[in-house]
Amino acid sequence: MLDKIGIAKRIAQELRDGWYVNLGIGIPTLVANYVPAGMKVEFQSENGILGMGAFPWEGEEDADMINAGKQTVTLKKGAALFDSANSFAMIRGQHIQLTVLGAMEVSEKGDIANWKIPGKMVKGMGGAMDLVASAENIIVAMMHVNKAGESKLLKECTLPLTGTRCVKKIVTELAVLEIVEGGFRLLERAPGISVEHIDKCTEGNLIIAGEIPEMKI
Amino acid sequence: MNKVVHDVQEAIQGIENGMTIMFGGFGLCGIPENCIAALVRAGVRDLTCISNNAGVDDFGLGLLLKNKQIKKMISSYVGENDEFERQMLSGELEVDLIPQGSLAERCRAGGAGIPAFFTPAGYGTEVAHGKEVRIFNGKPHILESSLTADFAIVKAWKGDHFGNLIYKGTARNFNPMMAMAGKITIAEVEILVEPGDLDPNFIHTPGIFVQRIFQGEKYEKRIEQRTIRKR
Repeated sequence: MLDKIGIAKRIAQELRDGWYVNLGIGIPTLVANYVPAGMKVEFQSENGILGMGAFPWEGEEDADMINAGKQTVTLKKGAALFDSANSFAMIRGQHIQLTVLGAMEVSEKGDIANWKIPGKMVKGMGGAMDLVASAENIIVAMMHVNKAGESKLLKECTLPLTGTRCVKKIVTELAVLEIVEGGFRLLERAPGISVEHIDKCTEGNLIIAGEIPEMKI
Repeated sequence: MNKVVHDVQEAIQGIENGMTIMFGGFGLCGIPENCIAALVRAGVRDLTCISNNAGVDDFGLGLLLKNKQIKKMISSYVGENDEFERQMLSGELEVDLIPQGSLAERCRAGGAGIPAFFTPAGYGTEVAHGKEVRIFNGKPHILESSLTADFAIVKAWKGDHFGNLIYKGTARNFNPMMAMAGKITIAEVEILVEPGDLDPNFIHTPGIFVQRIFQGEKYEKRIEQRTIRKR
């Protein structure tokens, strides 16, 4: 089974040279730490940064330089700053090659829910609806089951949707899956995890074709 | 063309109960601290506030919330504020949550004289309820209307007497679009300079969008999430 860092490392393997990438809050943010050596990737933060760098050294944090999670960050050489309308023009206009975000539920059709639990948690969608509606390549980073042990990979989402038919790939602590016609196609197993276990943890239709390789982290 | 007002009190003159006000800022970054404090002191009520976030419990728009001065919030993300969540779940506070990119574009459109536009964001979700859907290039889009406000209050790093503004770092965020969309736009700046002191090549908000400007005081610039690397 992978931990959060393992999930981030596996997603980092999906990066390609020259891509502009938007990382959501939580596990997705960790992906930035595992860009393969020699690869050039620029991270966009939707509050107005292209070329986001690492956290600042202690004492050098700047209240005017934060990421979309409101964390203090730095700029890489060659970074650009812009306003929110311009930022979402990049997103809506499909200038970003990869979006990685977290989810509370994903359906076998690629629907995603990650912004609201009615009557309980209402934080808002932030930029997630704009991102999922326009991104051509969306990877969801999430845990396979919730704290109660229930699957988060469902036939139909039960929570209010963030977007429909948009998720392409999912990386969990148990598996890598892709959304295809008819359900979740199992691509890889986490080290030491059986196909049977993944099947048991997946409520939506799991498509198992041939031998399923173990992830290489 | 001299738009300089004497102080924050003069800047917020005319803001009355029940008005719609835009506030620039993303989280606590780039928020008009001086004007928010002055509105708390002034005690104006029943405000409709358009702002990406709602501050935290004891800073930013959270101060107006705590004082029950806000009737309705139009925002994209309102986490990090317990009082907000309490007022919303109890029904005291009306809340309209809209996708962040749609919020930015609705303000920009409001300032640019575009009454509405189609966007794919929110299609198939509760955000689309009651909105016209149209297919472009095989993909469904929803009709979003523009936003304007009685007052827009923005915060910039530098500004001159004509209202030309330059923002710093990620404190730009929603400020430029909101500056465009206010019937009256108030700019508070950290550094107020004479016309000619700002390089025209690097103006972010041209002065035409700004009606009042003043130099703010004692910026706290609170950091919401201090994340650092240890040396």
